[in-house]
Amino acid sequence: MNNNITERLKNGIITENPTFVQILGMCPTLAVTTSAVNGLGMGLSTTVILIMSNLMISALRNVIPNRVRIPAYIVIVASFVTIVDFLLQAFLPELSESLGGYIKLIVVNCIILGRAESYASKNPVVPSIFDGVGMGLGFTIGLTSIGLVRELLGAGSIFGFALPHYQPIGIFVLSPGAFLVLAFLIAALNARKLKKRKSTETNDTVCRMEDCLHCCNTACGGKFFDFDGEDAEETAATQQKEVEQHE
Amino acid sequence: MNEFTKIILIAVSAALVNNVVLSQFLGLCPFLGVSKNIKSAAGMGVAVIFVIAISSAVASLIYKFILIPLNIEYLQTIVFILVIAALVQFVEMFLKKMIPTLHKTLGVYLPLITTNCAVLGVALNNVTDHYTILESIVNGVGTAVGFTIAIIILAGLREKMEDNDIPVPFQGMPIVLLTAGLMAIAFMGFSGLIRM
Repeated sequence: MNNNITERLKNGIITENPTFVQILGMCPTLAVTTSAVNGLGMGLSTTVILIMSNLMISALRNVIPNRVRIPAYIVIVASFVTIVDFLLQAFLPELSESLGGYIKLIVVNCIILGRAESYASKNPVVPSIFDGVGMGLGFTIGLTSIGLVRELLGAGSIFGFALPHYQPIGIFVLSPGAFLVLAFLIAALNARKLKKRKSTETNDTVCRMEDCLHCCNTACGGKFFDFDGEDAEETAATQQKEVEQHE
Repeated sequence: MNEFTKIILIAVSAALVNNVVLSQFLGLCPFLGVSKNIKSAAGMGVAVIFVIAISSAVASLIYKFILIPLNIEYLQTIVFILVIAALVQFVEMFLKKMIPTLHKTLGVYLPLITTNCAVLGVALNNVTDHYTILESIVNGVGTAVGFTIAIIILAGLREKMEDNDIPVPFQGMPIVLLTAGLMAIAFMGFSGLIRM
């Protein structure tokens, strides 16, 4: 049991880190990482919601009928998002102000639905909680470090403490900076992968959900999004089959 | 400021100044995913305009006539996401039955935008900014037009980039993100357009 817990934590923070390995949940990653504190706040809020929704979904996994599971998950997640949103507004109004509407948008964060679908709905309560803790902390580390880089380059400070004798490059805290930082981050990950594999394959993250509806894995390069007009439905169907065979 | 000017301002600011993908980072997944060629990008854009226009209207109607009278505004997130998901399903069924030609063009894109954060984001923003129902619809359509402009431009750039010699680690997503970053810089030029 103990082993299982440490394994879940390590899996979330290192092996399957949502930001650096799976490249999931990019909307909040880009939007709120203007400073390390914002990244930390968003990461911890997501962690709390992830733990609670994993706990709930895992506890109810034998009750929720398979056919309506996605709407059921969405309602569960949305309830916890609302609770966390109000708690932040009441106790950390400043953070709530700077994160703005993005707290509410945690509902559509693919990491949460992804964990619900691929882990919590198939496993007992305790490992699911620790899966949530691990994934959440992995996401928090990812957001905080991207926020740290952007804050350092763009505002010349670390966690709000200004660095002396440094001329900040303002663009990095504005929206273009987010795209640029993420581009270089993924390129660096690709370069590392290439070095390891010594092949010419680029970032080919496997589709985890086999379903673009509930996924926002921006790094899949839209393998499943890659529709081309009329035979699009067929393409989608064959791709689905390929995935099934692959597994 | 009269009503008409206000509506024009909302539309322009939603489409260009606060562009939904390039400055608010909503709807990034289809933006990066469906932008490989102009044809599918345009299809996605039209589908998004369609869905956001309907969903922002329905969401503000529900907010005004159900949530406020019952004093349950705090349920907005849950209600909106369910309404949007149901609405997209319904629109798809309706189109399939009634306007099959339109369904053929938009059909494949509709399910993809069910849980698109842009749709929920617009509905929530309309409520936070206290827009009236007409203003909500204008804001929704403006946002969606901004999305369409951005995705078509990106698709055009990606078509041009296809045969370029890109360093291997930058192939795929990184070069698309860099392009999007440069587009975001260009779109920042619009910020001087409106003084509220």
